[in-house]
Amino acid sequence: MSIRIDAKKCVRCGKCLDVCPGDLISMGIDGSRILRPEDCWGCASCLKECAFGAISFFLGKDIGGDDTYMQVKKDGRCLHWIFYDSSGQVRTITVDQSSSNKY
Amino acid sequence: MKTERLKTDILIIGGGTAGCFAALTVARKSPQTRVIIAEKANIRRSGCLAAGVNALNAYITKGKTPEYYVDYAVRDAHGIADRKLLLTMSEQLNEVTAELERLGLVILKDENGEYVSRGDRNIKINGENIKPILSDAVQNLPNVTVINRLNIIDYITNGNRVIGAYGNRTDDEALVFISAGATIIATGGAAGIYKPNHPGFSRHKMWYCPFNTGAGYAMGIRAGAEMTTFEMRFIALRCKDTIAPTGTLAQGVGARQVNSLGEVYEDKYGLTTSQRIWGTTAENKAGRGPCCLATKGITSEQAEDLERAYLNMAPSQTLRWVAQKKSADKENVEIEGTEPYIVGGHTASGYFVDVNRKTTLESLFAAGDVAGGCPQKYVTGALAEGKIAALSAVESLDGAEAADISDEFVSVARAEAEGFLKNRGGITPDELEEHMQEVMDRYAGGIGSDYAFTDESLDIAREKIEELILRVSGAVCRDMREFTRLHEVKERLTVCLTLIAHLKARKETRWHCFAENRSYPDKDDENFLKFVNSRYESGEIKILYRPLEEMNV
Repeated sequence: MSIRIDAKKCVRCGKCLDVCPGDLISMGIDGSRILRPEDCWGCASCLKECAFGAISFFLGKDIGGDDTYMQVKKDGRCLHWIFYDSSGQVRTITVDQSSSNKY
Repeated sequence: MKTERLKTDILIIGGGTAGCFAALTVARKSPQTRVIIAEKANIRRSGCLAAGVNALNAYITKGKTPEYYVDYAVRDAHGIADRKLLLTMSEQLNEVTAELERLGLVILKDENGEYVSRGDRNIKINGENIKPILSDAVQNLPNVTVINRLNIIDYITNGNRVIGAYGNRTDDEALVFISAGATIIATGGAAGIYKPNHPGFSRHKMWYCPFNTGAGYAMGIRAGAEMTTFEMRFIALRCKDTIAPTGTLAQGVGARQVNSLGEVYEDKYGLTTSQRIWGTTAENKAGRGPCCLATKGITSEQAEDLERAYLNMAPSQTLRWVAQKKSADKENVEIEGTEPYIVGGHTASGYFVDVNRKTTLESLFAAGDVAGGCPQKYVTGALAEGKIAALSAVESLDGAEAADISDEFVSVARAEAEGFLKNRGGITPDELEEHMQEVMDRYAGGIGSDYAFTDESLDIAREKIEELILRVSGAVCRDMREFTRLHEVKERLTVCLTLIAHLKARKETRWHCFAENRSYPDKDDENFLKFVNSRYESGEIKILYRPLEEMNV
């Protein structure tokens, strides 16, 4: 359970640094980086903040994770959670923040 | 090492649920009062609410009363809870919820504009952005200063009075000393004291916020505050591997606990929080595992709604369903118990406080998971306690300027911090943590011991934790971040010793799993329908038994 940050996509805006509840992300010369990936709680706050798709969220191999990962695109009140595996994009789930959970 | 001195009227340590709401309350009640929030990360997403929450679990629903909630919480705690604390909290639940809605939280309503409940005590929300909502409200307050990335290490005291606190700031590697007329401790509970479900790469994939490491408890213990009910540990029943919540499945779509034979076993063990964990542990031990929540057979629409609901609070569960090309309508969800935590928002562990949330130390108030005696707080209860503590703190100010911190105190603290930062060899904070978790798992009732312990195993645990404490001062500490991590282990070791003393002092098994005492396997109402409290005095943990109705001070 952790995140990967793609330095090529990072624009160094620094937004992810301010939302990590563990203060685990710092700004390097090439972009932001997660200092200790094994310390990540998996809250996904940084993904939701990144408008450039630089941050991916994956499950650790020790809890059965494979190559599948997800990213988030924000669009007004909607969060589009986009899932990818080694073959490419597999699914999108959209959550409208103005409507409540059913359960 | 740089030092900085600040003064304020009210210092709030921890900018999570309770801390943010306390700041908001002070600003409304007494706008001229100056407030500093000291936050270890950044208040925007820090604390338990980072990923969001799925429902508000403490609410007085239509036709119910605050007393109804009190009765429920006392019953669930098998009698060990303070009714007066619970009542003062319960009376505030709906008001703080209305405030959250005014701040922007989405709450589900029916056609008559009434909140839609989920069971007798819960209401449905979209809680993904609950923490940014709280944080935005706090950032806009003129007399509230938020200091992010400031990790508070200890109180500054004068006799029995807390006159402020100090800590290390990662941004500029400074030691910051804050003096305050009153202090509100709101640092949350303690995770990471036991070996977690997955000790490897995913060790932080846990139920409770792994960054809440018991700082508030440890500071209080060291300063001689009276603590209560640490022995009532909390263990959560969670989805296997992702450690995502199960309430959404149990209460949301009515999934029941079944064993590998397909038998519903939850009725056999009882439905209090501790009994639900106990049932699952016992079924596994009897060879009838794995245990699941029976979701198979719900509609595919329900399964899709669940996927969305989990994205709002525990996104890893949805990722798991997608990755495995499975869904809740086609496959039951396997469940497991987590490692034990100390968390006063769910159980009664924490500072022994009065109805004003005043601790036994002067000028120190406690709110949220760090405050004891008042279980089943959840989010809204933490807000309620933040509000009560804030009003009491304002009331306690006498108009005088906060006391000055002596040069001597600053130079001693600086010398100590610089001493740590010189250590290049020795045990690492990670190794210390691993050792501690191993000891607690094996000898103080972790997952590996089916949560059970004996008088003898607790003695071994105490001895080994005391040995580890002696190694802290020689541990390697290469930079300010490692300094914080070392202190996070140090504070948990302090919590461990108090926890072990409490487990030993309750010579009965009142709550299965939460305190599974194999030396005293039965409940003993005659002798133990009372609080186990403790106070650290001249190097010893002194146990104090208090009747349930007695308030402190």
